[in-house]
Amino acid sequence: MTLALSIKDLHKTYDNGVQALKGIHLDIKSGDFFALLGANGAGKSTTINLVCSLANKSAGSISVFGHDIDKEREATKEQIGLVPQEFNFNIFEPVREIVINQGGYYGIPRKQCIERANDLLHTLGLWDKRHEQARDLSGGMKRRLMIARSMIHKPRLLILDEPTAGVDINIRRSMWEFLQAINEAGTTIILTTHYLEEAESLCRNIAIINKGEIVENTSMKELLNRLDTETFILDAREAVTQLPATDDFSIRQRDEHTLEVTINKSRSLNVMFEYFTQNQIRIMSMRNRSNRLEQLFVELLEKDKS
Amino acid sequence: MTFRQISTAFSTIVIKEVKRFLRIWIQTLLPPAITTTLYFVIFGNLIGNAIGDMHGYSYSEFIAPGLIMMAIINNSYANVVSSFFGAKFHGNIQEMIISPLPGTIVLLGFISGGLARGLLVGILVTLVSLFFTHLPIYNLWIIMGIVILTSFLLALAGFINAFYARTFDGMNIVPIFILGPLTYLGGVFYSIAMLPPFWQTVSQLNPVLYMVNGFRYGFLGIADTPVSTTFIMLISLNLVLFLYAIYLLKKGKGILD
Repeated sequence: MTLALSIKDLHKTYDNGVQALKGIHLDIKSGDFFALLGANGAGKSTTINLVCSLANKSAGSISVFGHDIDKEREATKEQIGLVPQEFNFNIFEPVREIVINQGGYYGIPRKQCIERANDLLHTLGLWDKRHEQARDLSGGMKRRLMIARSMIHKPRLLILDEPTAGVDINIRRSMWEFLQAINEAGTTIILTTHYLEEAESLCRNIAIINKGEIVENTSMKELLNRLDTETFILDAREAVTQLPATDDFSIRQRDEHTLEVTINKSRSLNVMFEYFTQNQIRIMSMRNRSNRLEQLFVELLEKDKS
Repeated sequence: MTFRQISTAFSTIVIKEVKRFLRIWIQTLLPPAITTTLYFVIFGNLIGNAIGDMHGYSYSEFIAPGLIMMAIINNSYANVVSSFFGAKFHGNIQEMIISPLPGTIVLLGFISGGLARGLLVGILVTLVSLFFTHLPIYNLWIIMGIVILTSFLLALAGFINAFYARTFDGMNIVPIFILGPLTYLGGVFYSIAMLPPFWQTVSQLNPVLYMVNGFRYGFLGIADTPVSTTFIMLISLNLVLFLYAIYLLKKGKGILD
């Protein structure tokens, strides 16, 4: 399968001596929805900046859909759309102008840019704001504007650097739907985010970067399978006053009516229910604790630290 | 990129730049018109009457080309330095960097914006001048040539200033402490023949003197310096600054990393 992005032995040392990347290797397949995770300052944004020619690499190679960034920079840039972490548009320009101008920089005729901009603004719910200055948009709208701008030249690889930071849950969900739709239509997506449940529900493959090195690079499924325990949140009907210890699983009380059970994946859940029956605790509802990836992420970083 | 794509990209930058300074016309177009009116009222009429004729022309006629040139110099420079620094400050310069646009086109786009504002302000100030004085045209081609080369040069200088500027202060240092004094000492309000020999020699080191005098020659047919020197200087400086600006863009210092 064609590689959307291939990074080999990528190094970046800034002028002040900070070694941001220490020789990373990364292959991302065409059509993938890929999560690039890491703590603040781990090297995610540096990697993205190097791929998008926003910074000069110190060593290594980058190719996008087979085009080497050093030999075919123009061809490389044509394939990439970027939604950066910070708002980086002219806040005094009207919304639609920002999107249209971006198309112009790619050499797309103005008429075509206008048509595409209209479609994108409709799809992303910004049509009513098209004549307003960008500074008048809400945070969520500004994020969507950056997505519209990044899509105007129909990139094959879309890189999103924390696209949902500070966005409320409804807008975040609608952005997820949009991203899933364009991914299904063939656009390869690389996502960095601090919302790990976002990465867990959207991405098929994942790399974790820490202190300028890739410490994990695998499929989301494979990574989550490594968790040998699963944690459930249970709501009890009556207030729980006594909670006898058990060897079958660990249990702790979050509040009077809420319990948290962590059970080994090899064990049947029946033992848990037997325990509650024996202790006359009536369970009314039960759900997964959603941050499984977060648990793994913290474990990996801790392991790397030690 | 094909030639057609490049010309689309170039025109996108130019249209954006022109729209920018038209959108804020109260800051960009109105002040030079008001300033020129004040110069004509104070220097042209009140003080000018006491000074008398200069090289056979009234004082108002003598200073008019210099005032127009002063407005062109200031506005060509100001447009590019503020626009490019603003693009760096807001981060929207990244819109261009991530696109396949060649650096030369980015540079020419910004320069053309400065050129457009310089020319438009030049026309406005000329119209204002006509309310106060008669302005003959000795050689239109010299006028056009010097306006375009000067505006291009100052736009380039503004671009380089914006490249190095890290703060708003850094953007204003050159116009306030270098460009302003050079313009006022560049023979806008006087002929250097009025200066002692030593200061005449010192004045000849000032490039603005050649711009003002070359431009004045185009209108009145009189100048303190040869017009050919003006053209040679403008073409040489344009070439040097253009190559330097391209070098800066290639290195990406201050805009990459």
